[in-house]
Amino acid sequence: MDIHEYQAKEILASFGVTIPRGGIVYSPETAENKAREIGGSKWVVKAQIHSGARGKAGGVIVCNSPLEVAQATDKLLGKKLVTNQTGPQGKIVNRIYIEEATDIEKELYLGLVFDRSSESIMIVASTEGGMSVEEIAKEKPDSIIRSKIEVAVGIQDFQSRELAFGLGIEPELVRRVSETIIGCAKAFSELDATMVEVNPLVISKQKQILALDCKMSFDNNAMFRRDKVSELRDKTQEDEKEVYASDRGLNYVSLDGNIGNIINGAGLAMASMDMIKLAGGEPANFLDVGGGATPEKIVKAFRLITMDKKVKVILVNIFAGINRCDWVAEGIVQALKKIEIKVPLVIRLAGTNVEKGNKILKESKLNYIEASTLEEAANKAVAALK
Amino acid sequence: MSVIIHKDTKIIIQGFTGKMGTFHAEEMIKYGSNIVGGVTPGKGGQKHLDKTVFDTVKDAVKNTGATASILFVPPAFAADSAMEAADAGIKTCVAIVDGIPSHDMIKIKRYMRRYSRTEKMTLVGPNCAGIISPGKSMLGIMPGHIYKEGRVGIISRSGTLGYEAAQQLKNLDIGISTSVGIGGDPINGSSFRDIIEKFETDDETDVILMIGEIGGPQEVAAGEFAKENMKKPVVGYIAGLTAPKGRVMGHAGAIVSAYGESAIEKVEILKQCGVTISKNPSVMGDTVKSVLEKI
Repeated sequence: MDIHEYQAKEILASFGVTIPRGGIVYSPETAENKAREIGGSKWVVKAQIHSGARGKAGGVIVCNSPLEVAQATDKLLGKKLVTNQTGPQGKIVNRIYIEEATDIEKELYLGLVFDRSSESIMIVASTEGGMSVEEIAKEKPDSIIRSKIEVAVGIQDFQSRELAFGLGIEPELVRRVSETIIGCAKAFSELDATMVEVNPLVISKQKQILALDCKMSFDNNAMFRRDKVSELRDKTQEDEKEVYASDRGLNYVSLDGNIGNIINGAGLAMASMDMIKLAGGEPANFLDVGGGATPEKIVKAFRLITMDKKVKVILVNIFAGINRCDWVAEGIVQALKKIEIKVPLVIRLAGTNVEKGNKILKESKLNYIEASTLEEAANKAVAALK
Repeated sequence: MSVIIHKDTKIIIQGFTGKMGTFHAEEMIKYGSNIVGGVTPGKGGQKHLDKTVFDTVKDAVKNTGATASILFVPPAFAADSAMEAADAGIKTCVAIVDGIPSHDMIKIKRYMRRYSRTEKMTLVGPNCAGIISPGKSMLGIMPGHIYKEGRVGIISRSGTLGYEAAQQLKNLDIGISTSVGIGGDPINGSSFRDIIEKFETDDETDVILMIGEIGGPQEVAAGEFAKENMKKPVVGYIAGLTAPKGRVMGHAGAIVSAYGESAIEKVEILKQCGVTISKNPSVMGDTVKSVLEKI
């Protein structure tokens, strides 16, 4: 789960990370007041969407008066911002963060992620802040320094010092940089984060260490014990169909093609999408209804797929194990009594009681195309497009 | 003797009396697995499915001599249960459950470092289908009848894609020595490399089918291990050719976030490691067959 910049800043500030003064607003009127409240003579108006690279997309505006702040807020609110991370549909701006402008002397990069090779939390830092970590890795790989956190004891002071000195921080500022790193590490560990990124972490002309832009992501599997974090979810930033799916216990990812598919199991779903592609088609989605493929999930899956106007053919591929094909077939028949399908439907059942399952489908007078192998299912789905 | 589990392996069910635990315990018993009891804290002394229920894993191990366990506890308690199993001397533990927080998985793995290599438990999963050695024992939730007895070792992240492979092999009259589902989570108990290494020394396995997917370094690590250390041929398939970068594809671990984690990159690296690639998921069985014919 992703959260907004301002939310990440509030969290990190509570762990001892210093952030510039700022506040969240939802209208131009309050924006003007907020700017006065923050004080100073220069402000940054930042569109809050779940994406990086907002600056390049026009989502960050520097202002020299409270009136300008109000105008910038007016301009951004309700707008769809398209960045290189949002996809062409963009993301809607519903919240604006206003912040005092910072005189930047130096920009650093600080990130924390799970490292799957070492199965630990890895801190990544670089003197080349402001660029994405991918760009840094490509253009200035030598600037990257790393440190692994031993989860049994948590981050140690010496690790944060080593990183700070490694970044070439002047001695009198090392303690503040260390505290920032420790704060981020604690937030990561204590809140079930999967990613914390401060980019840039800046040294201001006034010699303050400030987290200028922050990002945090959290482990969806841990939300049962993170009530406060899960309250930060902003569904307006997610794909409508994906929200519908996740609220109903379906694993769904919206894609650009036109063959909708309903599959049980994530691996089989990916494999089926691959077959569609190899057969010359493009999948409209990834959809895993769960290994069990219960009738309830199948109904929900058909509802979801029929919401997607791009879909021109539906491919159902269920490998029934302990849930037998006859039971799955009954589920499909029941689902299609409730939901009208206007596009060709290809069904491939496999596994336990496959003959019985196919018999039930045939006798139901359902209008569908039967397939017996993965390959045949994909070929027939692509052929049905024409 | 098959790898990891065999016909007489004594198995306990953790979360025995719950709905899932009960259902799958019955399936395993039907298959012929040697289920000797179960654990549900607070229900010790009761009988369930004609087996004794214990309060703790230590009690169960002491009274039954169990060496393997399978977890059917909710995600919030799974880490605790796995560590309890490790501490009670269980040698093989399968965690079926989907939804264990990654931070908990890291903790389990760190906890297990306190045991010496010989005492250490093999944890398989979470978010997996478990282990089956056809005709011998099933420590998992797979449909046992689609697995024909034979000499192909399977390692798969995905449950249903593993079933697909087993079915394709069965249709070609090819059997399986052991199939291990290692699960779709980013941090798991046993990696592809851990299991592939066991298959290399298994005298009942001639060829290994490795079914991977996008995300993480494990498939490549196993390929590199195979290149350096293995004599047995390895066949591979990587799912997720069409998966967009940066999106989680159902499995928490199926996300491309670094170089070498996409399907195309993994396939290229595995090829260089001498792994025979199954071009698409429909020909996993045929590819294994062609490799078997060359042995």
